[in-house]
Amino acid sequence: MKNAGIALAIVLAILAVVYVGVELLPLDFFFGGILPYIAIAVFIVGFIYRIYKWAQSPVPFRIPTTAGQQKSLDFIKQNKIENPSSKGGVFVRMALEVLVFRSLFRNSKAEVTEEGDIVYQWEKWLWLFALCFHWGFFLTVFRHLRFFTDPVPGAVQFWEKIDGVFWVDLQQIYLTGFILLLGITGLFIRRIYLDKVRYISLVNDFFPLFLILGIAISGLTMRYLTHADITAIKELAMGLVTFHPVVADDISIVFWFHLSLVCTLLIYFPTSKLMHAGGIFMSPTRNMANNNRMVRHINPWNPDVEVHSYQEYEHEFHQKMKAVGLPLDWDYDEEGNQLPKKN
Amino acid sequence: MKKTNIIIGIVIFAVLVTVPFWSAILSPANGAAPEVSFDTPVINQLSGDNYKCVEDVEWMRAHHMDLLNDWKVQVVRDGNRVYISEDGTEYLASLQNTCFECHSNYEDFCLKCHTYSNVNPTCWECHVEPTVVGGAK
Repeated sequence: MKNAGIALAIVLAILAVVYVGVELLPLDFFFGGILPYIAIAVFIVGFIYRIYKWAQSPVPFRIPTTAGQQKSLDFIKQNKIENPSSKGGVFVRMALEVLVFRSLFRNSKAEVTEEGDIVYQWEKWLWLFALCFHWGFFLTVFRHLRFFTDPVPGAVQFWEKIDGVFWVDLQQIYLTGFILLLGITGLFIRRIYLDKVRYISLVNDFFPLFLILGIAISGLTMRYLTHADITAIKELAMGLVTFHPVVADDISIVFWFHLSLVCTLLIYFPTSKLMHAGGIFMSPTRNMANNNRMVRHINPWNPDVEVHSYQEYEHEFHQKMKAVGLPLDWDYDEEGNQLPKKN
Repeated sequence: MKKTNIIIGIVIFAVLVTVPFWSAILSPANGAAPEVSFDTPVINQLSGDNYKCVEDVEWMRAHHMDLLNDWKVQVVRDGNRVYISEDGTEYLASLQNTCFECHSNYEDFCLKCHTYSNVNPTCWECHVEPTVVGGAK
């Protein structure tokens, strides 16, 4: 729990810095007009740099995880997604992994009974909360495009209609915002509730959880409870994307908390475990086809070794071998040229 | 992983992340906040101490929906039409008779910001939507 405490303290310290900077010092422009640029630049450059570094790593062996029957004889049915042998199969497998977290769905819990038997249990909470969290976050970010586009694209407006299908007190309630909060809370509770997971959790496991919890809570607070001057906020956002930042006075402190935590997340992203967002596409165990028995894969590390194959050996010595009566695999013409193989 | 695939991935990432930036360049609008108009017959007649909204203007800008929600509750559920503002003035709690008396320019007042920030208030589920010159809505 010490690690969770440290992570929470860091997030609270960030909030304190923002409070001092915006409420007590006149640093609104730094938090609204400079920090977001730093954050987005660090995010994009850092993200691409991490991918670039990973792309340098050699992948000498074809190591797809095989979770089903591989391609074999015609009468044995291949599992084309769990053990793909073609590009199409790999594509479907990757899509399922990226979009619905198929490997988390396989998560199971191992326990030793009092009799000393090991039992595995169906454990879907990780998958469920991860799905809620990621999709909720994605769709919430998508809805935020209304602040960054003028005019707002039809797709965003269309999604708002679907997302806001439930009304409470004559207000639209965007479901994805709450699904995001549910997911991240669930992931947090799971991390502290399960002894083994808590034991292996580090500060950098808790930090993004608190960061995103802070973002979600401040965002929902602004939308449903305290409200903020939304026109001033959109003006700020549009100023940022048109490179003429305009920072109005008197924007609610909750907004500054929200924006600063988002900037922190963007800056932290490329240096952290959150890079699984890009890394998942580069997992060799997922993005390779299991065609080891159909295609010869040569290790790119292999140095050029001069080899002397049996075919060449026999060609060189076939007359001597024939003379002593050794069997030959190839036929030879009168000039000693090797003929194509028999049978 | 193939180099071309990685480059395609990076390009897709860069394009998606920078959607707001390049869409702002392509968009005809400049993204500036709209100027709401106070040029209505009733507001033009107000002067001195009377030139004020129900509550402080800065507060109204961010919280008018809270006020309207409170009015909705006190009028519809409690039958109380009297609203006493922070400075002690009594107002008739009514969107159509109080708010729209001054702000009779729906198109240049309400709609300006609501369209800009893509806000879809639910006022017109019950109230009659003010007609806008040049078609419905």
